[in-house]
Amino acid sequence: MDSLIFLVPLALLIGVVALVIFLWSLRSGQYEDLDGAAERILLDEDEDRGPGA
Amino acid sequence: MSCCAAGAADAARPIDAVSNEELLLASRDLGDGLRQVDLAVPDMHCADCIRKIERGLAGLPGVTHARVNLSTRRASVKWRGEVPPLIETLAGLGYASHLYDTTEAASDPQLTRLIRALAVAGFSSMNIMLLSVSVWSGADAETRQAFHWISALLAIPALFYSGLVFFRSAWSALKHGRTNMDVPISIGISLAFGISVYDTFQNGAHAYFDAATSLVFFLLIGRTLDHLMREKARQAVSGLVRLAPRGATVLHADGSRDYLPVAEIEPGMVLLVAAGDRVPVDGTILSGASELDCSVVSGESLPQPVEAGSVLKAGMLNLTGGLVVTATARAEDSFLAEMVRLMEAAEGGKARYRRLADRASQLYSPVVHATAFLTLIGWIAATGDWHRSISIAIAVLIITCPCALGLAVPIVQVVAARRLFENGVMVKDGSAMERLAEIDTVAFDKTGTLTRGQLKLVDDERIEPTDAAIAAAMAASSNHPASRAIAARFGVGDVTFARLTEIPGRGIEAELDGQTYRLGRADWALTNPGEWQGAVLSRDGKLLAPFFFTDELRPDAREAVSALRQAGLETLILSGDRAEAVQATAAELGIPNFTASALPADKVFRVEALAAAGRKTLMVGDGLNDAPVLTAAHVSMAPASAADIGRNAADFVFLRDSLKAVPLAHHVSMEAGRLIRQNFGLAIVYNLIALPIAIAGWVTPLIAALAMSLSSILVVANALRLKAGNGKGEAKSSAAVKTRPTEAAERDVRQTPVAQGQPWTA
Repeated sequence: MDSLIFLVPLALLIGVVALVIFLWSLRSGQYEDLDGAAERILLDEDEDRGPGA
Repeated sequence: MSCCAAGAADAARPIDAVSNEELLLASRDLGDGLRQVDLAVPDMHCADCIRKIERGLAGLPGVTHARVNLSTRRASVKWRGEVPPLIETLAGLGYASHLYDTTEAASDPQLTRLIRALAVAGFSSMNIMLLSVSVWSGADAETRQAFHWISALLAIPALFYSGLVFFRSAWSALKHGRTNMDVPISIGISLAFGISVYDTFQNGAHAYFDAATSLVFFLLIGRTLDHLMREKARQAVSGLVRLAPRGATVLHADGSRDYLPVAEIEPGMVLLVAAGDRVPVDGTILSGASELDCSVVSGESLPQPVEAGSVLKAGMLNLTGGLVVTATARAEDSFLAEMVRLMEAAEGGKARYRRLADRASQLYSPVVHATAFLTLIGWIAATGDWHRSISIAIAVLIITCPCALGLAVPIVQVVAARRLFENGVMVKDGSAMERLAEIDTVAFDKTGTLTRGQLKLVDDERIEPTDAAIAAAMAASSNHPASRAIAARFGVGDVTFARLTEIPGRGIEAELDGQTYRLGRADWALTNPGEWQGAVLSRDGKLLAPFFFTDELRPDAREAVSALRQAGLETLILSGDRAEAVQATAAELGIPNFTASALPADKVFRVEALAAAGRKTLMVGDGLNDAPVLTAAHVSMAPASAADIGRNAADFVFLRDSLKAVPLAHHVSMEAGRLIRQNFGLAIVYNLIALPIAIAGWVTPLIAALAMSLSSILVVANALRLKAGNGKGEAKSSAAVKTRPTEAAERDVRQTPVAQGQPWTA
């Protein structure tokens, strides 16, 4: 029982962190162009940044 | 990595050119002098394409930002000041591009909302399930109590954030005096939550937080997939009516010129239509001569020569010479708008069709409500124990969770859509597959659908290489379909002419080594045409070589038609082309029924007559003139080469050349229909077993969770069989496609009388 007092909240905390990370990645548009992201890995760094960046 | 450029360069022809004014009209003002425009670039497909396009566009003066989205095949460009030559730059890089309506390009907030709700529900239900497992395996009372409280806490976001999707939909249905699938879901999950909170307060042994949240999670998966399927349809439609030019150059009486949006053009205005432009509104030619590509308007396979006095319809493509045109109708009274109106009026089969899931839920909700209510009454009458009776009634609502309806149908459709996509067929709507499984008749358009809609040179071995090189070099300068066919066949050599002029309506004249070459219609190119008709190459009025063209059949047209016939479907042709041309194609493919010279309204009439006789028709067509009939038919299909408006009106779009896509789509749809029926069967069997257990009051949270997960896994696994079961067949058919084209192309090139008798004008 004692261990549960911190283990369960810890487990939930990790879950919440994962959820927040997912929601953040969704909001920041990382799922907008999945095919493009897969291909862009083949480009060199400076080209990938694109213009004006 | 130069995989794309070679093939794509061919596609990037200066036809359908977009003028700077049009670009400006389509762009969006971001303030501060910054403008943004979205271009669709369908041919990009690799990292090299991304790099070339982004670099090319960003290098233009004034451009501040250029970003490619490979998933949507779009490039978004922001710039300041003068309109940069975006389309020309892309064409130079070997990519065809066209304008995309920026106003509609916004991302889909509904989908983001669903995915967020799904993430929250997934988080809550999985953590609750984790705690529940220890409760089920016999945690002591104190721990159980603590876990129930944590579960209650975790269930709150799942219920009030994720569950809101169902509450809203249920509420709007109830407000209109209807009931839908979401009503029993909403009642079930909120009552289950309520009574579990009550039991937690009372130190009860059972709480249904796990059942309530995992129900929300499973159903949201189904809802999200369903939304994805429908959203595709909506997006496709939003790009509609862009075939119409956005504006036109108006010539005023005092000689000044103005570029006006198409909506502001009044009858009587004088317009300039340059070669390569589409005719903006209906009109008559004041001066000039040219050929028009009417294929999207009438289905006519050959370019039509026009001169002063000819009547034009909006949407026709001006090929060779500039025209001065008097507008005779406003945009909203023009041919294109008329097509849109016909399409709206024709919304027959599709609007009447009610989706399988909707029909099932119509039956489902009253039955579930009645059962739960009767269970409640029965238990109260038998025991008088309110708490127990309500618990059991809720268990009935939960256990009959419509997973088969909410999850199984969309998942079968998504798997089927995926399989079709792998074979080059795009589905716009899940219900389209349900409708396609019901058809008994297939109607084809001819030009562009059964045939490629492109001229191809035949019988060309006799032509001397030197003549061929000259002809190709002359033809390269022209946009005329026949010229393109010649240039494509012989390739462009390095012949340099002293003079080269295109004479609209006649052909091309060139001077080489003091001799005059003419490539064009025989009665113009030859001093003594005699028996020669059609297209010839001449030197100083003497015949060098005649050219014959045919509109070749699409690859696998014959196989596709016979496969459809074997599947027990009747085939027919509805074409706007001339009777001889249609008859030749019909005879070649063995299609007994055909209608030629059909106006768009005639096609709709034919399909509606079939529908009135109880027939369900699949229409396969590509032209603008097919758009209304594509809408009117029970279900419709168009090749990717179709006019935008036709492509948008169709339920299916096939991307590859082969017409085999039609029987394939039909086959997959039939199979998907079978799996959906099986899933309904599974759901019914599941309910037959689970319902008595629930009514008898034996359902504990453990049984509820097990039963629900099992039934969901079962229907999903069944849906996935669609893919697994056909892996071999798929491999075989794609191999067949690979070996086919050359062989098929050779065989399909038959000289139909389409091209030969017709005066060719280059």
